[in-house]
Amino acid sequence: MNSPQTCLEIRGLDVHHGQLRAVTDLSLTVAERQVVAVIGANGAGKSTLLRCVAGILPASRGEILLDGVDVTRLPTHRRVALGIASVPEGRRLFGSLTVEENLRTGAYRHRAGPWDLAAVTELFPWMADRRRQRSSQLSGGEQQAVAICRALMSNPRVLLLDELSLGLAPVVVTRMYEALPRILESGCAVLLVEQDVSKALAMTDQVHCLLEGRTVLSGAPADLDRKSVEAAYFGIDRREAG
Amino acid sequence: MGLLNAVVQGVLLGGLYALYAAGLSLMFGVMRIVNLAHGDLGVVAAYVALVLVTHTFLPVWAAVVVTVLLSAVAGYLLQRLLLQRSLSSGPLATLLVTFGLSVILQNVLQELFSADTRSLDTGTFATAAIHLGEISVSYLGLLGLGLALATIVGVQLYLSRTATGRMMRAASDDPEVATLVGADARHVYAVATSIALASVALAGMVFAMRSSFSPTIGSMSLIFAFEAVVIGGLGSLWGTLLGGLGLGLAQSIVGYYDPADSILAGHLLFLAVLALRPQGILAARGT
Repeated sequence: MNSPQTCLEIRGLDVHHGQLRAVTDLSLTVAERQVVAVIGANGAGKSTLLRCVAGILPASRGEILLDGVDVTRLPTHRRVALGIASVPEGRRLFGSLTVEENLRTGAYRHRAGPWDLAAVTELFPWMADRRRQRSSQLSGGEQQAVAICRALMSNPRVLLLDELSLGLAPVVVTRMYEALPRILESGCAVLLVEQDVSKALAMTDQVHCLLEGRTVLSGAPADLDRKSVEAAYFGIDRREAG
Repeated sequence: MGLLNAVVQGVLLGGLYALYAAGLSLMFGVMRIVNLAHGDLGVVAAYVALVLVTHTFLPVWAAVVVTVLLSAVAGYLLQRLLLQRSLSSGPLATLLVTFGLSVILQNVLQELFSADTRSLDTGTFATAAIHLGEISVSYLGLLGLGLALATIVGVQLYLSRTATGRMMRAASDDPEVATLVGADARHVYAVATSIALASVALAGMVFAMRSSFSPTIGSMSLIFAFEAVVIGGLGSLWGTLLGGLGLGLAQSIVGYYDPADSILAGHLLFLAVLALRPQGILAARGT
C-alpha cells in the first residue's frame, strides 16, 4: 500500500484548560483522504484537542504541522487561510444570518478549491430551496449539514468535526456520515471527535481512544476488538492498577 | 409657528439625532462596546473641520470630506490600538476606557480651544430654507436628515451585501465561530469602529453648522444618541433611525407648547420606552 501524503501531524501536544492539563503528550497524524477519529468519555480532552488544532486554545507544549508547516503559534484565522476548517460542537450557526449567508462566511478567506455554493448544495440538495431562511429556523440535523458545508466552503486541507452526532437522531447522523466519502474525494483529511464509538469504528481509518487527556489505545478499527476499546474508553484497566 | 411646523422641525432634528446614534448603535451591535466617548468624537471632528476651514484654503464642504476620512482612519486605529485590548478584559473595561477617553478629549479640547463657544460658518447656507406656507424647512435640517438616511441605508447595505459586513453580523452572533471561519476579529471590529467614527464626525459637523458648540457639548449629544438607540431597540439600525425621529418629535412637539419642557419630554419618552417596551420599538435582528 502506498502511503498517502500526511496532511496534519500532531507531535507531543499538551493543552491546558486553565490550571487543568486536558491533553497530555498527544501525537497523531492524519493523511490525505483519511478519517481519524478521537473517541473517549466526557471530559477525556477530545474537544480540547480539536479547539487547540483550530487555534482557539493555545498549546502549552508540542507541535501542530499542516502539510509540514508549523502552525502551532498561528492565530485561528491564519490557520483557516492555510486550510484548517472547523465544525464546532453544537453546530453554532450564525443565527441571524440566512442559510446562504452562513455558507458564504465560510468562503471569507477565498481559498481555491472544488467547494463553492453550487458544490455544497449538491451535497445536501434541500439547501437550495431554503437558502433564504434564517439558519435559526432549521432543525438540528439541517443545521449540522449547513455547519459542515460552511466549513467546506473554505476548501480545507483538514476538516475538524466535533461531535457530529450530538443531539441528533441516529438516522440523521447516518446521513451526515454518508457525506464523508464525497468530502474526502476533494482531497482533504478529516479529524473527528465522537462519543458514539460504533459510528467511529465503522466510518474511520484510524481510532485514538483518549482517557484523561492521554492516548490509551490507537489503531485501525479492524485491529481493535470491542473489549479492549471498552476497557480503554472507561479506563477499566487503569482503575485496577490505581 | 403651527403644530405642523413643530412636527416638521422634529423630524429634521430627529434626523440629526439618528445620525449621531447610528455609529453608537453599530458599535454596540457588532462588538457590544458602549462607547461613552462617542459624542466627544463628534465634537473633535467639528473642531478639526473648524481648524481646516480657518487655517487652510479649503472650503467648508472639502473640510467636511477630509474630516470624515480622517475620522475613519482614526476609528480604525482607535479600535486596533485601544479598544481591542480592553475587549478581552470584559465589558466593564471597555466602558472605563471609553469614559477615560471622553474625559481626556474634553480636557484636551478645552486646553487647545478654550471653553468659548464656536460655530462652523457655512455662510448663507446656514440660514437658507424652503418656505411652504407657514412651514420652513431649513437646508441644514434637510442635510442632517438626508445624511442620516444615507448613512443608515449605506451601512445596512454594507452589512448585508459585502463579505466584511456579513462577517460583522456573524461576529455579533458568535465571535469565536467568526474566527473559526477565518475572520480576523481585530480587522472586522476596526472597520466597524471606522464606520462609526466617520458617521459621528458627520453628525458633529452638521451640529456645529446648526448651532454653536464647545468642548463639553459631547456629553449632551451622547445622551441623545443613547436615548435614540434605546428607544429604537438595541442592535437595530432602522430602530435607531426611528428612535432618533421619535426623540426629535417629542422634543419639538412639547417645545411647541412649552419650550422649557422640550428636553425633558425627550427624556420622558426614553423612560417610558424603557418601562413599557424595554426591547425598543424594533427588537434587534437575530434569533
